[in-house]
Amino acid sequence: MSASPLLAGAPHAHGGDSLQQLMGTVLLALAPATLYGVFLFGWPALNLLLVIVLTCLVGEALCLWLAGRSLRPALLDGSTLLTGVLLALSLPPWAPWWIGVIGGAFAVVVGKHIFGGVGQNLFNPAMLARIMLLVSFPVEMTTWLEPRPWFSGTTPSFLEGLHITFGGGLPMADGMTGATLLGHVRTGLGLSQPLGEILPGHYQPGLAALGWTGGSLGETSALLLLLGGLWLLWKRAIAWTIPVAMLGTVLVLASVFHWSDPERFVDPLLHLVSGSLLMGAFFIATDPVTSPLSRMGQIVFGAGCGALVYVIRTWGGYPEGVAFAVVLMNAATPLIDHYLRPRVYGRTWLGQPKPVSERARRAAAGRDSGSGPA
Amino acid sequence: MNDYRGIFADGLWRNNAVFAQMLALCPLMAVTSSATNGLGMGLATTAVLLAANVIISSLRHLIAQEVRIPVFILLIAALVTLADMVINAWLHELYKVLGLFIPLIVANCAVLGRAEAFASRQPVLASAADGLAMGLGLTLAMVVIGACREILGSATLFSQASLLLGDGFAFLETTLIQDYKGFLLMVLPPGGFLVLGFLLAGKRVLEQRRERVKSAAAGPVDSPAH
Repeated sequence: MSASPLLAGAPHAHGGDSLQQLMGTVLLALAPATLYGVFLFGWPALNLLLVIVLTCLVGEALCLWLAGRSLRPALLDGSTLLTGVLLALSLPPWAPWWIGVIGGAFAVVVGKHIFGGVGQNLFNPAMLARIMLLVSFPVEMTTWLEPRPWFSGTTPSFLEGLHITFGGGLPMADGMTGATLLGHVRTGLGLSQPLGEILPGHYQPGLAALGWTGGSLGETSALLLLLGGLWLLWKRAIAWTIPVAMLGTVLVLASVFHWSDPERFVDPLLHLVSGSLLMGAFFIATDPVTSPLSRMGQIVFGAGCGALVYVIRTWGGYPEGVAFAVVLMNAATPLIDHYLRPRVYGRTWLGQPKPVSERARRAAAGRDSGSGPA
Repeated sequence: MNDYRGIFADGLWRNNAVFAQMLALCPLMAVTSSATNGLGMGLATTAVLLAANVIISSLRHLIAQEVRIPVFILLIAALVTLADMVINAWLHELYKVLGLFIPLIVANCAVLGRAEAFASRQPVLASAADGLAMGLGLTLAMVVIGACREILGSATLFSQASLLLGDGFAFLETTLIQDYKGFLLMVLPPGGFLVLGFLLAGKRVLEQRRERVKSAAAGPVDSPAH
């Protein structure tokens, strides 16, 4: 669908899926993690999700109207909806409404429509908006919340939820907020504590995998994200190359460094289940618009994302780096596509015409002599 | 060409150094985090532009074609050194803010561009007018971009103006929203690119609209079938 005819050589085959179907599949795959996030963080999370999706749709309509294009097809193709959901899932669940409005508008207007709308964008709009918000509003973007699920008595009521999202100012008592696991590790290592002292009490692999921990709205549950991602692979909505290359690179790097010094480098499993790595690998880096076309290119792209994630998490200024990694590799995508372009049909990798087999030559000769004037 | 109206229209709008020629973008992105900084940088560049244009225009018959670029750069560098010292001496607070970017006016394409494109072929008076017009256009662009970034980024306007212009101008310093949390991206260089991009798009829209009005006023054109 996004394969630019300028880059991908003929012949082209249509898979039969419309953009709308693809976006629907991805949204469905995200549904478990989304619902779990809303369950874990209550009404404010749902409010934030609705605010962002609404802002994205309004921004899309506004841009289309300004450009004089028809509204219906672009609004209903689901890509805007997906951008909004992805952005919401990557934000702190109790972020105030204006974070959502600014982020949603930035994603659609600057991330998507400045470049010409759906299929034209250079960067992943949701991640672009997330980075913009993180750079601009560091306090709001790093106020993490301990899980307070529905039916546990600690969730805010509907009215309190409205107050949290729209009333400004989180009425947060001590103990309600906490650092994410990666943030906690970063702080501890900054104080040059060994990991043996940092992790106990904060890290239970089982709970982290289930998602019973503080973090972004929809990124806490590694298990549900993995489930959705595998379903996408099974439905062939995404190719295996990018997730496998990205997760594999992180695993290999983390294993090597953890093996070299277990007190300084956290173990690979923690890298895998925490932060937005799984979300990034399955749902964000695989965006067909902003990732390379050829299989080799996708592997390079995925490996680059994984390496950058590991480098930023371990030595960078921020505890988490998936958004930065994906956007940086998005910028490298045209270059990757230039050097690792798909083989042209009928030619070798180097662009030379493929040698014609003896049989084909004979068949062609027979056709020539049999038909018409030479 | 003694069409001074045309020269000023060129400098301020039609051929504006930033909005039309897209020159001087490096100091623009770095310095325009507030309207005051933009104004200071713009005025310093204007002074250099004016002096450079006058000197180069009056020496234009003496400068050999083959070595004109080194000569221009040498003259501009001398002027910038003077400006640098003057600002350091009398506007020291502003100097601390603008810092490195004052010496970098030497490498500012707008200055060399005007020397090459205008001053080296035009009489002194016209060159002076061009230098002034281009400088004012540049200042205008820098103040507008600085003001946009300052309003969005920290909800103030012309903060610290008294440092640049003297205490008499303290009234310019306004705070639009009292406890504004700040929008850091706008103060950082990406904000400069974003604001410049949107302003350029805005200028295009304005010009297209004006073009359409003009062609409509010129009477119905019997256009061929599309």
